[in-house]
Amino acid sequence: MIAVECNDVSIRYITGDFKSIGLKEYVMRKLTRNFHVTEFWADRHVTFTIDRGDMLGIIGSNGAGKSTLLKAVTGIMIPTGGYIKTHGKIAALLELASGFDPNMTVRENAYLRGAMLGYTREFLDEKYEEIIAFAELEEFQDHMFKQLSSGMKSRLAFSVACLVNPDILILDEVLSVGDGAFQKKSGDKMRSILAGGTTGVLVSHSINQVREMCNKVLWLDHGNQIAFSDDVQLYCDAYDEFLMTKQLPQNEDDVHRLADGWLRRTQEERRKQQEAEAERLKMMIEDGRSESAVLAAIKILQAGKPEALAAEYGGTEV
Amino acid sequence: MVSKTIRRFNENMKRNAFLFQQLVNRDFQQRYKRTVLGMAWSILSPLFQLLVMMLVFSRLFGRGMEHYIIYLFAGNITWSYYTESTNNGMTSLMGNAAILSKINVPKYLFLLSQNVSALINYGLTILIFFVFCIGDGIQFTPAFFMLWYPILCFVIMNIGIGMVLSALYVFFRDIQYLYRIFLTLLQYLSAIFYTLDHFGPTIQRLFLLNPVYVNIKYWRCVVLEGIVPSAGYHVLLAFYALLFLSIGAFFYKKFNHRFVYYF
Repeated sequence: MIAVECNDVSIRYITGDFKSIGLKEYVMRKLTRNFHVTEFWADRHVTFTIDRGDMLGIIGSNGAGKSTLLKAVTGIMIPTGGYIKTHGKIAALLELASGFDPNMTVRENAYLRGAMLGYTREFLDEKYEEIIAFAELEEFQDHMFKQLSSGMKSRLAFSVACLVNPDILILDEVLSVGDGAFQKKSGDKMRSILAGGTTGVLVSHSINQVREMCNKVLWLDHGNQIAFSDDVQLYCDAYDEFLMTKQLPQNEDDVHRLADGWLRRTQEERRKQQEAEAERLKMMIEDGRSESAVLAAIKILQAGKPEALAAEYGGTEV
Repeated sequence: MVSKTIRRFNENMKRNAFLFQQLVNRDFQQRYKRTVLGMAWSILSPLFQLLVMMLVFSRLFGRGMEHYIIYLFAGNITWSYYTESTNNGMTSLMGNAAILSKINVPKYLFLLSQNVSALINYGLTILIFFVFCIGDGIQFTPAFFMLWYPILCFVIMNIGIGMVLSALYVFFRDIQYLYRIFLTLLQYLSAIFYTLDHFGPTIQRLFLLNPVYVNIKYWRCVVLEGIVPSAGYHVLLAFYALLFLSIGAFFYKKFNHRFVYYF
């Protein structure tokens, strides 16, 4: 059962045209023969399909066209070329904290935002306590929204938005909201929603989040689709290597090469770390000031890097 | 199948009604935030405005005309509502750009909620106007019951004009200055302060091209002469209302998804 079908989608922004520079600039530039319209393709020929229950991770550096693509999926934007078909109710959590009214209370803002997200009054009346409790804002309900800290604002936004039981859930960098404790809570909440069979689309700069939560991955770079695959680990490895070397893969083999490179690199790093650790422990043993520390160091070395002990001490006396 | 469609339609209506209510609530809060008298300003500000006008104009102009103050007020309250509703309407999309570029909500609701608060003000002003009518010895006739008609047509027309302006304002910010100039011109063409008696019949007919004037004329006819205007006025008012509403609806339909590029 297809949940989102995105076929050859291209989205174009036009900058510097008559509408965006205003009348005066337009006349001035016309007179000085300096008038030209520039096109900017936020997305070019993006094609993917996800089924019900899938979790798609969209990766790519800043300006890759991820957020624009999400706006097209939610229906806020219509693609310049291609088409997007979605099946089911969509809930989108995009850059949450904007669009609240600073001069209204937390309570009023919760209702206003809820109304915009398509909740009914009965539903909100019923869930209001839960929203406030989840956002941990019990003591601030009648404060002006502008008096909240920025973390609190995002927490409220997240709590209102995540109440839904959508068929398709779209998340744009929202799991990094609030402090560590709240991040864990919001991550758990998302996982529980997704576990109920909801289809998800996640944009995240945390590649580990994508590895952990997604079963499909879409890699964008400057609006171009680099890859769409269900081999999440392979492509995340390749993407990590790309972040280091800034070399885009041209084909399947390149991807494998990149992923291998990344694996080698991580292994190398791990080996170096272990060596440094072993060095430190050996120093401890040679120092030999406190018996318990020496014994502990030997134990760690035996477990992690027995060859270090064997080389230095023949590996017999311990 | 049909019942499902109807149910979904009902659900949408219900949801939109709730959102609409919340938006109206927000507009009111924004208007009266941090004022001591709050809502009372809705009554006080038109009251004082009319009082000042009465003091100024009854000494200066219209000495030769019976009920000149009422003649003037009928023009002024209609004009105030027109400017408030269209000016608020113009900024209704841009003012909510942060929301509209993040959440997929019907855009016209923001315009309508702005119109509701302007309409409530208009209603209160009309009440005050009637109080002045009593004070000036105007005879209330059954014709007064027909005043719902010009009000309704005017509301529809203003919504339509608001739609056109708000759409243009997204693409073309200069419109706010151009519209201000246009309003000044239109105000003098609406015969708020003067009468048309000294113009020839052709010029008098040209004034009918101005929908605001037609509306004012209707009011004066009912209030000052106690009669309902001819059928032609009714047709004309309805024509203007539907004309601007359809242009506005056309703009919204055409540009609905283009707006977001220019927020």
